Amino acid sequence: MRRIISVLLENEAGALSRVVGLFAQRSYNIESLTVAPTDDATLSRLTLTTLASDKQVEQITKQLNKLIEVVKLVDLTDGEHIERELMLIKLKATGAQRAEIKRTADIFRGQIVDVTNATYTIQLTGTTEKLDAFLRSMADATVMEVVRSGVSGLSRGEKILAL
Amino acid sequence: MLSGGDILIRSLQEEDVDYVFGYPGGAVLHIYDALFRQDKMKHVLVRHEQAATHMADGYARSTGRPGVVLVTSGPGATNAVTGIATAYMDSIPMVVISGQVQSHLIGTDSFQETDMIGISRPIVKHSFLVKKAEDIPMTIKKAFYIATTGRPGPVVVDIPKDITNPTDLVEYSYPAEVAIRSYSPASKGHSGQIKKAISMLLSAERPMIYAGGGVIQGNGSELLATLSRKLGFPVTNTLMGLGAFPATDPQFLGMLGMHGTYEANMAMHHCDLILAIGARFDDRVTNTVSKFCPHAKIIHIDIDPATISKNVEVDVPIVGPVVNVLSEMNELLDVSWVDRSSDQEKLLAEWWSQIEGWRKQDCLKVERDDGDTDIKPQEAVQAVYRVTNGTSYVTTDVGQHQMFAALYYPFDEPRKWINSGGLGTMGFGLPAAMGVQMAFPDEVVTCITGEGSIQMNIQELSTCSQYGLPVKIINLNNRSLGMVKQWQDMQYEGRHSHSYMDSLPDFVALVESYGHVGFKIDRLDELEDVLAEVYSEKLKDKLVFVDIQTDPEVHVYPMHVAPNGAMRDMWLKKGVRT
Repeated sequence: MRRIISVLLENEAGALSRVVGLFAQRSYNIESLTVAPTDDATLSRLTLTTLASDKQVEQITKQLNKLIEVVKLVDLTDGEHIERELMLIKLKATGAQRAEIKRTADIFRGQIVDVTNATYTIQLTGTTEKLDAFLRSMADATVMEVVRSGVSGLSRGEKILAL
Repeated sequence: MLSGGDILIRSLQEEDVDYVFGYPGGAVLHIYDALFRQDKMKHVLVRHEQAATHMADGYARSTGRPGVVLVTSGPGATNAVTGIATAYMDSIPMVVISGQVQSHLIGTDSFQETDMIGISRPIVKHSFLVKKAEDIPMTIKKAFYIATTGRPGPVVVDIPKDITNPTDLVEYSYPAEVAIRSYSPASKGHSGQIKKAISMLLSAERPMIYAGGGVIQGNGSELLATLSRKLGFPVTNTLMGLGAFPATDPQFLGMLGMHGTYEANMAMHHCDLILAIGARFDDRVTNTVSKFCPHAKIIHIDIDPATISKNVEVDVPIVGPVVNVLSEMNELLDVSWVDRSSDQEKLLAEWWSQIEGWRKQDCLKVERDDGDTDIKPQEAVQAVYRVTNGTSYVTTDVGQHQMFAALYYPFDEPRKWINSGGLGTMGFGLPAAMGVQMAFPDEVVTCITGEGSIQMNIQELSTCSQYGLPVKIINLNNRSLGMVKQWQDMQYEGRHSHSYMDSLPDFVALVESYGHVGFKIDRLDELEDVLAEVYSEKLKDKLVFVDIQTDPEVHVYPMHVAPNGAMRDMWLKKGVRT
């Protein structure tokens, strides 16, 4: 099952490599990974998605917690949560296709953020499924380049992950 | 104002370090100079950095205090890796200080540069790359704190050469306390869980206490003895846990697992409650996990929450230090004794009578055909036990001799049995014995080894000469890599692919060249007399190497049937299984 694990990590050199190394070492899987400093500059927030059974995810969270630089973590998929991913997609857009691509992007609430006479670059935010669906809807277009940020997220309601 | 090199040495002194095991080199020259200019700590110069880590490890296992290693960058650091991994697998507190090239050279593939933090990452509890001299005291404080608390383990501190430069002086003060916001090991077991465990213990019909190395590391042996005797339950120890419960106690069933005793493995398989303490249900214990102890509920006490339900699902986890949890259990047991189920005494008696039946199997009996005069390795270990009155520290390497030592030298005290259980490191035994001897100069320290393993760190005989370490080395010499050969006999139709050791040295001549004493024993009738001389007052201060020619055809039994076997499925001797 797909899990989203969100980790507060000491913002120190080498901390990220311990997290990534742990996954490699114990043959856990990482589907996506995103990390950046938080409003507290001493902390980074790392979000990763993994495909794991309940038993595996229990081990993953325990082993992550053992890393000295991991301050706190939460499995967002344990409860209600909000998840978002950012995608930038560059496509060939010429002739009649230009209007068609624009219409579809509007439907998905994407924004065209860069235009040339032959290409569009579209920015799209949403869940992983939504981004996948947009890519499927562009099957007839010539996709030149796709970049995705990986999933970020937090819990709904008053539950927070903080010191 | 002090230089980084002096600050490091002062910081180690603050941590009451008495021995540093190491080897100098370019990146640590400033540190070695600072070491030269002090006389509080002693430095032990090894002949290979792997041995430095194993010496520190032996020192740590026997004393309970962290071992300290100092190596240079590049090959010095990589040579230490096997020893760090050994300590990591067995949760041994150790601080390894590795030199690093100068800060401005890091990342340029400079001479003797290696990414020690990266290389050691999967085999350390934590590691630090020190960026400036002012950070050394707090880093050392944290390193010792992390290495010795919670589930202990090795910590690497990598120090670039420029940080220790004697001409750059900075303010020095050593922190009195340390707090790490992201690290707080459990200090106390959950009282509710402990209560639940007690009520299960008091209503168990066929209980087993399964205690591992965590009991020794956590200094819980006496509390375990109190608990076990109060309950009257049978006790088994893991390979790492030998000595956690007195082996000559009638309640002790011997070691469990792949080469565990018949009675310990049978009792585990048939029990209805397991009290696991500081043990980790590893694959050398459980045999096939899905068939592990099918009737048992499991209580698991461990300091490391990640150990709980990692391999085997447990019913009542208790995360906490063994001393705290066992004290609380002992106290609670006294007041809860009235709740003991009325028929437990009778059921326990029946359980014990079943166990006594298994004991009658006499699974450790040494087999000998008529006319066979070969020395059996088991007999050699038994003779060492008799001659040393069972009081020697014993280190081993890895292989058949390790299992014979574990099975035929019963340990009544913790910290006397020292072996590489988790990583299974050949070459561990001699340097580990040297570390023990350093810590306990007046005690008898024996290294039981084989002719394969001993050659993996035999260069340390030279270090023994330098420091006058009177280790007694018992070399069970069967002219083959015994455990490999045993598996080849059992699983590869006797095709002994590269498990022979030909061109062996004359060990007696070899050790004599280092100034030590050597004996060769090839007759059973001289075994006891020669060993008596080895351990005599006359040779008390000498390293003695005893090369015992043993029967190369002997296998270690009992042995779990694999694959797909349960705890009760064992080979009892060649061709005979349960």
